[in-house]
Amino acid sequence: MQINHYAPLRATATLFGRLGLSGRSLVIAVPTLWLFVFFLIPFFVVAKISLSKATISQPPFLPLYEWTSDGSLKFNVFFSNYQFLFSDPLYVNAYLNSIKIALISTIIALLIGYPIAYYIARSSESRRNMLLMLIILPFWTSFLLRVYAWIGFLKSNGLVNNFLLQTGLISQPLVMLQTDFAVYTGIVYNYLPFMILPLYANLVKLDSTLLEAASDLGARPIVTFFTVTLPLSFPGIIAGSMLVLIPAIGEFVIPSLLGGPDTLMIGRVLWDEFFPNRDWPVASALAIAMLVVFVIPIMILRKARGAQIEVQ
Amino acid sequence: MAELVSGAQTWKDPNATPFIKIENVSKKFGDFFAVNDVSLNIYRGELFCLLGGSGSGKSTLLRMLAGFEKPTSGTIEIDGQDQAGSPPYRRPTNMMFQSYALFPHMTVEKNIGYGLRRDGVPGRAINERVAQIMDLVKLGGFEKRKPNQLSGGQCQRVALARALIKRPKLLLLDEPLAALDKKLREETQFELKKIQETLGVTFIVVTHDQEEAMTMSTRMGVMTGGKIVQVGEPHEIYESPNSKFVAEFIGSVHMFNGRVIEDAADHVRLRSDDAGCDIQVAHGISCSPDEQLWLAVRPEKIHINRTRPAGDANITEGVVEEVAYMGNHSVYLIKLASGKQVRVLQSNLERHDSGATHGSERIFLTWGGASGVVVRP
Repeated sequence: MQINHYAPLRATATLFGRLGLSGRSLVIAVPTLWLFVFFLIPFFVVAKISLSKATISQPPFLPLYEWTSDGSLKFNVFFSNYQFLFSDPLYVNAYLNSIKIALISTIIALLIGYPIAYYIARSSESRRNMLLMLIILPFWTSFLLRVYAWIGFLKSNGLVNNFLLQTGLISQPLVMLQTDFAVYTGIVYNYLPFMILPLYANLVKLDSTLLEAASDLGARPIVTFFTVTLPLSFPGIIAGSMLVLIPAIGEFVIPSLLGGPDTLMIGRVLWDEFFPNRDWPVASALAIAMLVVFVIPIMILRKARGAQIEVQ
Repeated sequence: MAELVSGAQTWKDPNATPFIKIENVSKKFGDFFAVNDVSLNIYRGELFCLLGGSGSGKSTLLRMLAGFEKPTSGTIEIDGQDQAGSPPYRRPTNMMFQSYALFPHMTVEKNIGYGLRRDGVPGRAINERVAQIMDLVKLGGFEKRKPNQLSGGQCQRVALARALIKRPKLLLLDEPLAALDKKLREETQFELKKIQETLGVTFIVVTHDQEEAMTMSTRMGVMTGGKIVQVGEPHEIYESPNSKFVAEFIGSVHMFNGRVIEDAADHVRLRSDDAGCDIQVAHGISCSPDEQLWLAVRPEKIHINRTRPAGDANITEGVVEEVAYMGNHSVYLIKLASGKQVRVLQSNLERHDSGATHGSERIFLTWGGASGVVVRP
């Protein structure tokens, strides 16, 4: 006799169906619940804190509402935290600098990542897997350790300086650590795989007969690249750039370990407000403002991508 | 040199200079010969079909002409110029790809104009020529569409227009009609031929479809195992195949095995157990006594009789096993005494033929002494 292994499942499905829940809504419910609990609720908590006032107490901010002695509900809503962000140029500068550093890093990562992704995509299949493994390999070491390793490379008696001194190219060690250069190096190095992988995924799908067709019609290889390969890899460029740009804007570890005291990035300012200053409301306001700064470029890029997908 | 009309049959003129000269060309992939020592001359204005099954090397030969593959040995000359070392973008050829290879991010207009833009033709001239060629392939009104908004037949036209717009000396077409449905394919065959005659461009078409090759080509080359086994006009290939392979590859055919018992200057007689009778061939062939040969007879050249016709050769007996009514003709499946099955085609000349041959009838089959071709394996 054949046992129907699916019978209990089917019975459950029928039960949920009677309750007005289909399998589809159940599947969607899990990520929805996850996002609600771990993203939306914390977001509102932070938004709430950003509207209160800092005090020296536990927790270090005033409650948003309280019952007064005459029994009425009193709201203590302060927008001053947001005003404060604009009154001190530190914050605006930190935002602008974060965006600048993230943008430049993204462009450098794209310029380095594109040829690598192209090369991997054009390699033979067995070689391709090996090369992809090499790209992913650094992830097997802690992110923090890899950033520390760069200190060893870049410090004044580090590997790079020692090598340059010994070969006689320089007579004095270069100051590389605690500069913007070190921050760019760290960000590009750490986020390069996130640029390469989506670009590779795009380029590997590129139909090679399109390249042959271009060549047949009189396009030299470089012209083929700019008229066919590059425009068709646009979605990969967007995806890779988003994956580098967005985390790079909020990056905290790399600028604090590799950057100098004057490397102003929003992640560090946020940290300083939360912990050394213990001004949670201003820090929360900063976080919310950062979110706004993020959401706008994401929406623009998504729209561009949507248009591109429509074209394809 | 005057422009030659495709009806001129240049290939029959022994003094004509070939337009494309392929000499002892081989292409090896590893240890495998994709194309094995092929020599072929193609003349200006021809529509030459390379016909063969998959893996016969026809596409590799085409790709060598386009410059995508380098011959391992041998030379390719186009219009008197050796093409060795010349990359695809410098060759006077254009190719229409089997997958069409239209650029998905460009409109129809941009796709077609791509080749002219690469040559630095000024914008206005490009627009004029694009409009002209779109007219020729009947694509007017689709200028601003993207390839994904076109049907298969429309994509095929864009691909053709894009390959033709640079007025190449030689147009290479890789299975140009394979992706179209049967009806559209048949229409397009004639249209392609007409366009080719209008423009006077030399076409080389790769196809696995023998009907397509027969319909379109001025001459065709049958390929197998990396070699060209026969080159000729469609009727030559069909009526005088030079091997069992070609006979069987082009159209349907019956092969009767026989032993030479009489070898005269004006006829040959074979004894065939296969056919169950003697086979008389009404012309002399070079053969040795007792040699085993094959007679290839096309189904439409075999006749059915109820009574035994006069004669002592080319007459055999069989039982009708199956009759398939196809409208314009009927196909009879007949089993011979030797157990061999023979398909015979008869045109249905009358509407309700009560006297038509029916199943399980015992009948006689005959064919003329000149109807079959003697081939060797």
